[in-house]
Amino acid sequence: MSRVVDAIARLGRMVIGGVRHAGSMALFAVELAWVLMPSWARPRDIFQQVYAAGVLSLVIIIVAGGFVGLVLGLQGYNILSNFNASESLGVMVALSLVRELGPVVAALLFAGRAGSAITAEIALMKTTEQLAALEMMAVDPLRRVIGPRFWGAMISVPLLAALFSMVGIIGGYLIGVVVLGVDQASYWGQIAEQMEAWEDVGGGAIKSLAFGAVIALIAVYEGYRAEPTASGMARATTQTVVLSSLAVLGLDFVMTAFMFGA
Amino acid sequence: MIELDQVQFARGRQVIFGGVDMAFPRGQVTAVLGPSGTGKTTLLRLIGGQVRPSAGRVVVDGTEVSRARRKTLYALRRRMGVLFQNGALFTDLTVGENVAFPLRAHSRLDEALIERIVLFKLEAVGLRSARGKYPAELSGGMARRAALARAMALDPEIMLYDEPFAGQDPVGMGVLLRLIRRLNDALGLTSIVVTHDVSEALSIADHVIVIAGGRVIGQGAPEEVLAQRESEPALAQFLDGAADGPLNAGDVGTPLAEELGLGGGR
Repeated sequence: MSRVVDAIARLGRMVIGGVRHAGSMALFAVELAWVLMPSWARPRDIFQQVYAAGVLSLVIIIVAGGFVGLVLGLQGYNILSNFNASESLGVMVALSLVRELGPVVAALLFAGRAGSAITAEIALMKTTEQLAALEMMAVDPLRRVIGPRFWGAMISVPLLAALFSMVGIIGGYLIGVVVLGVDQASYWGQIAEQMEAWEDVGGGAIKSLAFGAVIALIAVYEGYRAEPTASGMARATTQTVVLSSLAVLGLDFVMTAFMFGA
Repeated sequence: MIELDQVQFARGRQVIFGGVDMAFPRGQVTAVLGPSGTGKTTLLRLIGGQVRPSAGRVVVDGTEVSRARRKTLYALRRRMGVLFQNGALFTDLTVGENVAFPLRAHSRLDEALIERIVLFKLEAVGLRSARGKYPAELSGGMARRAALARAMALDPEIMLYDEPFAGQDPVGMGVLLRLIRRLNDALGLTSIVVTHDVSEALSIADHVIVIAGGRVIGQGAPEEVLAQRESEPALAQFLDGAADGPLNAGDVGTPLAEELGLGGGR
């Protein structure tokens, strides 16, 4: 009996903990919102963060995008050729990438590569009292440290997602047209003909903007609120990767249902 | 002038200060002494407005820090310098950039002038040649002095030192002691040095406050505090570094026998 009660109590604690975490993150987001525009007073800080988070993630994004494109080309060709529709390979590859895989996979990779790094950096600054030192110098750490890192991630994600899709489409081209012999004109022609600028490309862009904001918020929040110990930092970085991955996947479903559902 | 008036502060259930009164005279070096874990660092955080007391008032130069709004607090902090226990230097910036940081953040001086000021500040702490080095390349003592140069960058009126002597070799300690005293006198500062090194503190302080167990157990000029030891056993134990006495260095709470289930309990 007491085991059951214990289990219920544990579940209750988990739910309360989760709600508290979400509430605290929401309050933090409001606090952060106030400093987001003032952070642009020092654009150089933001560009530095775009470099650290975005430019340094280029390799993993390009390589992953290439492989995803190759696989899509291969699988797509196999299925489409059953229906004598292999000329549609281009549009299939492009649509899957631009609408879904580009924004989602790029966001997941970004969370693992850069989100965790942002969290670790902020948490270490907190642990070594660098944030406290800023505060005592009358410099707001939210504006000076957190704001630029938020912008760096938020700006990088959509750009990386676009690059991911682009490289993926070229990967599909390489396998479909160069290796498997799909007609080159129909590969590109169908993409140009069937893809909608607003609905498909715009939809993907809105998604990756949202993913960027969510990952950026989680990464800076977890770092800022990390317990200033070694295990606290470890927990914070793990939390960033887990939470932002789940948030991206969940949000993707909701946004897809609204954008492409009907 | 810095004053604490009936200040209470607790962390969770642990009471750090149970209604303490303290006064830090202007223009003097005040040493705050006490065993580890008595809330000496918390005291500095209360004065800097990083934490707020649960009751009582903290007043710095007429401003009630414990109630001040952020803007007032930031204005006050520009007149304060803090030397953190481990220096808290920005690890991504060189020593020179660390010292220049507060200047760049709060003044509109041109770069050439900032360079000069940085040079002067580093010269004052004997680290001019280290201005291009990163904090990771410095020894503990050098890092502490670099942090001191940064804390002094904006010519503060109040300096707070958090355990400045911890982990220093005798020479480094001597250098720091002299620096704290000289800076205070040359610039007319009000300095607060939090430490548990009794003899070092007594050698430079004009005023001493000894805290233990959430209350003030001795206060006054060094010789006055030494004279108070007769009436306060805890003060005598702390000043002598005696193992036995009212300040229990060991564990508090359940007796060992009880925890081992050897009777005496339920």
